[in-house]
Amino acid sequence: MFSWFANPLRFMRLSNWLAPLCYALAALLIGWGLWQGLWVVPKDEYQGGDIMRVMFIHVPAAWLAMASYMAMAVMSFIWFIWRHEVADIAAKSIAPLGAVWTAICLATGSIWGKPTWGTWWQWDDARMMSVLFMFFLFLGYMALRASMDTRQKAARAGAILAMVGAINVPLIKFSVDLFTSLHQDSSVITADGPKMAAVYLWPLLASGLGHTLLFAGLTQTLMRAEIWDRRTAQANAKLMAEG
Amino acid sequence: MSPAPIFSAFRQALGEAWAGGAGALLPLGFFAGAAVLVPLGIGTDPQTLRAVGPGILWVALALSSLVTLERIFQADTEDGTLDLWLQTGAPASAIAAAKTFAHWLAAGLPLALLSPLLALMFQAEASTDLLRNAALYGLGGLAFYFWGGVGAALSATVRRGGLLISLIALPLYVPTAIFGALSMTHGPGSESAPLFLAASTLFALAAAPFAMAAALRLAAD
Amino acid sequence: MRRGVTIPLLSATGLGMIRGERVLFTGVSLTLEAGQSLVLRGSNGAGKTTLLRILAGLTRPEAGEVSRNATHHWFAHREGLKPHETPRTHLGLWAKAWGSGADPEAVLARVGLKRPADVPARYLSAGQRRRTALGRLLLEQRQIWMLDEPYTALDSEGRELVLELIEAHLKTGGGLIAAIHGESGFVPSGEVVL
Repeated sequence: MFSWFANPLRFMRLSNWLAPLCYALAALLIGWGLWQGLWVVPKDEYQGGDIMRVMFIHVPAAWLAMASYMAMAVMSFIWFIWRHEVADIAAKSIAPLGAVWTAICLATGSIWGKPTWGTWWQWDDARMMSVLFMFFLFLGYMALRASMDTRQKAARAGAILAMVGAINVPLIKFSVDLFTSLHQDSSVITADGPKMAAVYLWPLLASGLGHTLLFAGLTQTLMRAEIWDRRTAQANAKLMAEG
Repeated sequence: MSPAPIFSAFRQALGEAWAGGAGALLPLGFFAGAAVLVPLGIGTDPQTLRAVGPGILWVALALSSLVTLERIFQADTEDGTLDLWLQTGAPASAIAAAKTFAHWLAAGLPLALLSPLLALMFQAEASTDLLRNAALYGLGGLAFYFWGGVGAALSATVRRGGLLISLIALPLYVPTAIFGALSMTHGPGSESAPLFLAASTLFALAAAPFAMAAALRLAAD
Repeated sequence: MRRGVTIPLLSATGLGMIRGERVLFTGVSLTLEAGQSLVLRGSNGAGKTTLLRILAGLTRPEAGEVSRNATHHWFAHREGLKPHETPRTHLGLWAKAWGSGADPEAVLARVGLKRPADVPARYLSAGQRRRTALGRLLLEQRQIWMLDEPYTALDSEGRELVLELIEAHLKTGGGLIAAIHGESGFVPSGEVVL
């Protein structure tokens, strides 16, 4: 199944229409979600009043911080086993985007935290802490790739690190959970089904899906740029060899 | 397959660790120096020092492991030793583990042994707790060395690899730092923390050598 | 294995290598039989060292296969010597690591390192370090020798020594692959031009 996607040409054809589609749907979903979230739904005094509306960006960003790291690790694994170049390109492209969404999550969490906790940074919040370490994992991944001298080595080193990070994420999360006593449970999805008020739930889901699609679209665009970049470099190398 | 190459790699690494920079004195000096800076920075109130002491020592231990590890695989790629070890036919993971263990023995264990002395300077009561804590520092240090070794192996061909090792290893140090510091408190969760510390160290010992092996093969490539 | 067919010490087919976007070489095939010597030729940066590393199993080729049917010795630019090691401890360490049971003292005498045998490598001259590394080849009988620029940093006496060792090795049925930029000093059985 992976081999079908592994062909760069096929990817270029696919992303040619899929990426714009992702952007269009993302614009609709995020637009509707934000409009609902910022103007329509009632504010929740318990969650800090109007400031809780930052949730419609914060929660999708938190979801993407985790999901994008896992996606990067899975792509690295596929590259490591099958050496499909597109998988490496995907992992490379996800990293900076994942770092940006992780940073957005940290920033919005901090903004939300100031009025509710009374502080910009709450060391007791397990999720903020986990996301912070996620941020460092992304930074380390990008720094390592950047310091390798060929793209083949960057791919190998990056894949090793992404997989090492992935097997450590559960342990990091567990230790951080143990470290913090004061933390809210993730409230969108629980064992009894979604328990959050429906007025919040739908805009939140729309926003989450929208962010995911935006992320997917941007990943494809970065991947396309990377593929063009590699083709250009290859063509240049060929010209140099001939001339 | 004979285990002889693994023992030889261990012996060579031990010799290297002792020969390079006054033996264990250098990491010890760094460890003590980093710890001693803290009271200068946060003040000398005995109450505060007693509270932060164990945590400061964990941080100092993590930092000195990073400083020690910076060169262990980089030197091997530069002097050609890595090529020789990879051609012995012994598993690269075993060689990497032997080398890392040797460096822990030469630099990490002495730090743990010195910790009771530093703990006293941080106003800890002189009791058998200090010896228990020393054992925990030794155990946690092992995890630091193995995950740090992954960072060191990945950046073996990188100039100024030391900064990169820190960035790579920092998130991997989190569980050890948390379990380690928690196991020296008396609050809730402190009874089970040493067990978690031991478990996460075992995990490091089991998983890190394979990552190091893959990274070393890349460094030789 | 079928009888009557000699198995080559080493054979490689269709080797290709890319560094970054640069194609170093493609379609390199070679065989090394017992008693043969192959010299790798090519200008600087043509990929001689890379090819040798691929043959030794250190570098993964982008294309092609290598099959090694005998053990090999490796002798390259980087001697594999730690600054704190002396020629004596170095050879002793590798004799132990390989379980060869060879006497390092005899090897030290053969490569002319009797006098500086106990000097740490950081005080040795480049030539003395090369001789120490050369000594490793004598610790254990291995059928394939892979040498990367074996004459680098050696004086005329040292070159003479390398040649003697190579001739003795070939006579006993060993095979040799060497990357040599200038004069090889012996008549190779074949050349691989990159």
